Amino acid sequence: MDLWFTNIANYIVQLLMSWGFPYFWADLILLLIQWMCVLAIVVLDVIILIWLERKAAGFIQMRLGPNRLGPFGIFQTIADAIKLMTKEDIIPNKVDKWIFLTAPLFMIFISVMLYLVLPIGEGLAVVDLDVGLLYFLSLSSLTTICVLMAGWGSNNKWSLMGAMRAVAQMITYEVPLILSLLGIVMITGSLRLSDIVAAQSHVWLIIMQPLALICYFIAATAELNRGPFDMPEAEQELTAGAYTEYTGMRWALFFLAEYTNLVAVSALFVCLFLGGWHGPFLPQWLWIPVKTYVVICVFFWIKWTFPRIRMDHLMSFSWKVLIPLSLLNIVLTGFGIEIFAWVRGL
Amino acid sequence: MSAEKATHQLPTDHYIVNVGPQHPSTHGGAHLQTVLDGEIIVDTVVKLGYVHRSVEKIAESKTFTQFIPYTARLDYLSGCLPPLAYTQAVEKLLDIFPTERAEYIRIIMAEFSRISSHLLCIGSLALDLGATTACIYCVRDREQIMDMFEMVGGQRLLLSFLRVGGVSHDLPENFYPAARRFIKELPKMIDEYHAVITGNEILQRRLKGVGRLSTEDALAYGVTGPNLRASGFDYDIRRDDPYGIYDRFKFEVPIDSGGDAWARYLVRVEELVQSARIIEQALDSLPEGDICAKTPRLLKAPENQDVYHHIESSKGELGFYIVGAAGKDKPHRLHVRAPSFINLQVLPMICRGAKFQDLITNIATLDPVLGEADR
Amino acid sequence: MSAFNWENIFTDLLNQFGEEKLQRQDSRLSQGIMAEAAIVPEVLCILRDQYAFNHLANLTVTDFEDEFEVIYHLYQIPGSQNIVLKSRIKRVSPNMPSVTELFPTADWQEREAFDLMGVTFTGHPNLIRVLLPDDFEGHPLRKDFNRREWQEVISGLKGD
Repeated sequence: MDLWFTNIANYIVQLLMSWGFPYFWADLILLLIQWMCVLAIVVLDVIILIWLERKAAGFIQMRLGPNRLGPFGIFQTIADAIKLMTKEDIIPNKVDKWIFLTAPLFMIFISVMLYLVLPIGEGLAVVDLDVGLLYFLSLSSLTTICVLMAGWGSNNKWSLMGAMRAVAQMITYEVPLILSLLGIVMITGSLRLSDIVAAQSHVWLIIMQPLALICYFIAATAELNRGPFDMPEAEQELTAGAYTEYTGMRWALFFLAEYTNLVAVSALFVCLFLGGWHGPFLPQWLWIPVKTYVVICVFFWIKWTFPRIRMDHLMSFSWKVLIPLSLLNIVLTGFGIEIFAWVRGL
Repeated sequence: MSAEKATHQLPTDHYIVNVGPQHPSTHGGAHLQTVLDGEIIVDTVVKLGYVHRSVEKIAESKTFTQFIPYTARLDYLSGCLPPLAYTQAVEKLLDIFPTERAEYIRIIMAEFSRISSHLLCIGSLALDLGATTACIYCVRDREQIMDMFEMVGGQRLLLSFLRVGGVSHDLPENFYPAARRFIKELPKMIDEYHAVITGNEILQRRLKGVGRLSTEDALAYGVTGPNLRASGFDYDIRRDDPYGIYDRFKFEVPIDSGGDAWARYLVRVEELVQSARIIEQALDSLPEGDICAKTPRLLKAPENQDVYHHIESSKGELGFYIVGAAGKDKPHRLHVRAPSFINLQVLPMICRGAKFQDLITNIATLDPVLGEADR
Repeated sequence: MSAFNWENIFTDLLNQFGEEKLQRQDSRLSQGIMAEAAIVPEVLCILRDQYAFNHLANLTVTDFEDEFEVIYHLYQIPGSQNIVLKSRIKRVSPNMPSVTELFPTADWQEREAFDLMGVTFTGHPNLIRVLLPDDFEGHPLRKDFNRREWQEVISGLKGD
C-alpha cells in the first residue's frame, strides 16, 4: 500500500514507453500529469480548508458556522466559488492596469510552484531538488512581491499601506525564518527535503530543535500574513489592505493563493519538524496530509484567538526576540553536534 | 538633523487617508481625515454629520410624549438611557413626580442598558484590534440583555419604554428570573473576558500607554463618563448629583489614573460589576404600586421656563436642555448635550504622534456612538 | 475650593461689573445670571478661577424670535453645584465672544451653535460647520428657517 503512487507512476512511464515514446518524453508527460494532480490537490484542499476554517472559527466562537448547503454546510465553499467566478470583474479606472491584472495570477502561480519540491511520501516529490529547502524559502518570499504589485497597482491608499506593511513584514520575518532552519540543515547535512525527512526515521526534529520550531512557527505565521500578523490585510484598519480594489475571481485567486501557501508551509513544517511521512499504521503518503491538517488547525486556533499585533511591536519582536533566539539556536545546535560526535567517539 | 544629511535622503511627503465615512472601525459614520507620516499620525480632522437627522429641529414640532422614541435613536446602543434623561428633564420642567415603582424599573432598565453598551464597547474594541472571538463572547452575553429588553418592550435596541411620569407598562413576570440569572452569571462572563482579552499580552501592549489623556486635558475638553474616570478624575453624576433614586443604592465609582486606552477598558469592565450591584439592589427592593403617575393627556409646559437635566449615560454626561413655552405642548427649543460628540473632540489630540493602528484603538476606547454625536 | 455661596458669588460679580451689565435670573429650577455678551468670557473666567466652576457642561443657543439667547451651563465637579449663565444678543448678524480659550470643550459646541443657529463666535480658532455639509445654506435651527423651501432644494424641485 505504501507504494501505490510510485507504482502508478512507474506503470504510466512503462505504458508510454511501450507505445514507443522515448524515456525523456514519457518522463515529461508524467511530470505534466503530476502537475495536474498538484493543481487538483490544491483546489480541493482550499475548498476543504475554507470550510474547515469557518467551521473551526464557528466552534471557537460558539456558533455553528456554515450549515445550510449539504451536510454540515460542506458545499458552502463550492457555492461561494461559483458566486465569485460569476461575479463581475471590476477593474477600476485609475489602476496601473497590467500590474493590477497580473498580480493575482503571479501569486497563485508562485504558490502552486511551492508544491513541486514537497515530498508527499518516500520518493513522491514531483521534483526532488537537492536545494529544495532553499527553493521553497525563496519562492515563498516571492509572494510578497505580488502583494506589493497588488497594492501599488490598485492606486488606492489603503492598498499601498497594506503593501508597505507586507514588505516590511517580509523583510523582518524572512531573517528569523531562514536562521531558524539552519540548525536543521546542520544536523541533516542536506538541503534536499527528502533527505531531511529520511533523517527523521528514528527521532523527529521537533525533539532536537524545539527552539527552532517556535521561531519558525512564529515567523511562518507572519510570512503567511495570518492572524495575529495579518497586518497587510487588517480588515478593521486598512479595510482589506492590498486586496481592497479586487473583486470576483481576481480576489478569489488571492484567497486561493493564501490558503495554498498555508498548506505548503504547513506541509514543509511537517517535513522539517514532524517527521514527514514517518508514522505507524497508516501508509506513508497519508501521514503527510494528516499531520499537515493538524498543523493547519493550530494556525486556525491561533488566528481566531489572538488580536492583531501592532506594526512596530511586530518589528521589534522579530529583531529583538526572534533573531537572537534563532542565532542562539544555531550556536546550541553546533555544540550539540560536536558533543554528540564526541560521545559517539568514546 | 543637519540640512546636509537631509539632502541625501529621499524627499518624503505626508499622506492623507480618509478613514471613513465608510470604514469598518469608525463606529458609525465618522469621517477622520488623517494625515500620516508613514505609519505615524501627524494630524486627524474629525468630520461629523453623516448621521445627522436634525433631532433638535424635529423636537420643536413634536409634543413632549411624541418625542420619546426619537431620543432612543440618539444613542442607539444604550436603549433606555437617553429616554431616561429626556423624560426626567420633562418631568422637572412640568413638575411631575414619577411613582416609586416606576423609578425602580427605570433604574433597572437604565443599568441594563449601561451593561449592554459597555459590553458592546469592549466587544467592538476587541474586534477593532482583530480579536473576533472576544467580540463574539461579548455579543453573546449582550444577547441576554437584548432578550430581556424584548420581553419588556417588544424591541431589542430602540426601546421606547419610558414615559413622562413613569414607564409604559409593568415588567413581565419572566423578566425577573432572566435578570437574576444574568446578574448571577456576570462574574463568570467577566472572568472569561479577563481570560480572552485582559490577559492577552498582544492586547495589553496595544492598549497600555496608547492614547494617553491627562486629567487636566480631559477636564478642559469636557470629557465625561468612563473616559474621564479613566483619566483619574472621580466624577459620576449618579453619585455626585443623584437623579431619580440613585442616592438609595450602594455602589462604587471605579477610577483609574492611567488615562490610556488600557485604563478606559478596565474602567468599563469594572463598571459592569457596579451596574450589576445596582440592579441587584433594585430588584431586591422593588416596591409594588402604580407604574405611571397620573399625568394629563396632553402635557403642557406651565410657564416660560428652561431646564437642563443631565444623567450619567454609558458614554458620559448626557444632558437635555429644554426650553418650554407657557401653555404649549411642544418645547420651544431642545438641545442634547451629547457625550459622544464632546468626547470625540480629544481624538485628534490623543492620536497625534501615535501609530496608525492606535487611531482605531483610540476611537474604540473613546466609545462614541455617531447617532448621538451627529444627532 | 471656596464653599458654594450663590449670594456671595453674585454680589462679587455685581461689584465688578455693575448692574446694567449683569442681572440675577433665578428660577424654580436653576440659579442664573443674565450678562451682557461682551463680559461673558470675563465672568466665565472669574467663575472658573475663583469659584472652581471647572466644567462647562453645555453651551447652546435658543432663538427667541426677536433675539438669541446663548446659554452656558457651568458645574463644579465633582459635585453638583451649578450656575446658568445667559446672554442675549441681537438677531441680525449675531456676534458672541468665543470662550474656547477658557474652556476648550466649547470648541465644537460653538461650532455647532454657529452651524445650526448662525451665531458667530468671534475669536474662535476654527469656526466652520460641524454637522451640516460645508455648502449648506442657512441655519436650520432658527425659527424662520424655511423648511419647505429647503426640502424642495434637496429634492431637486427648485434651485440648481
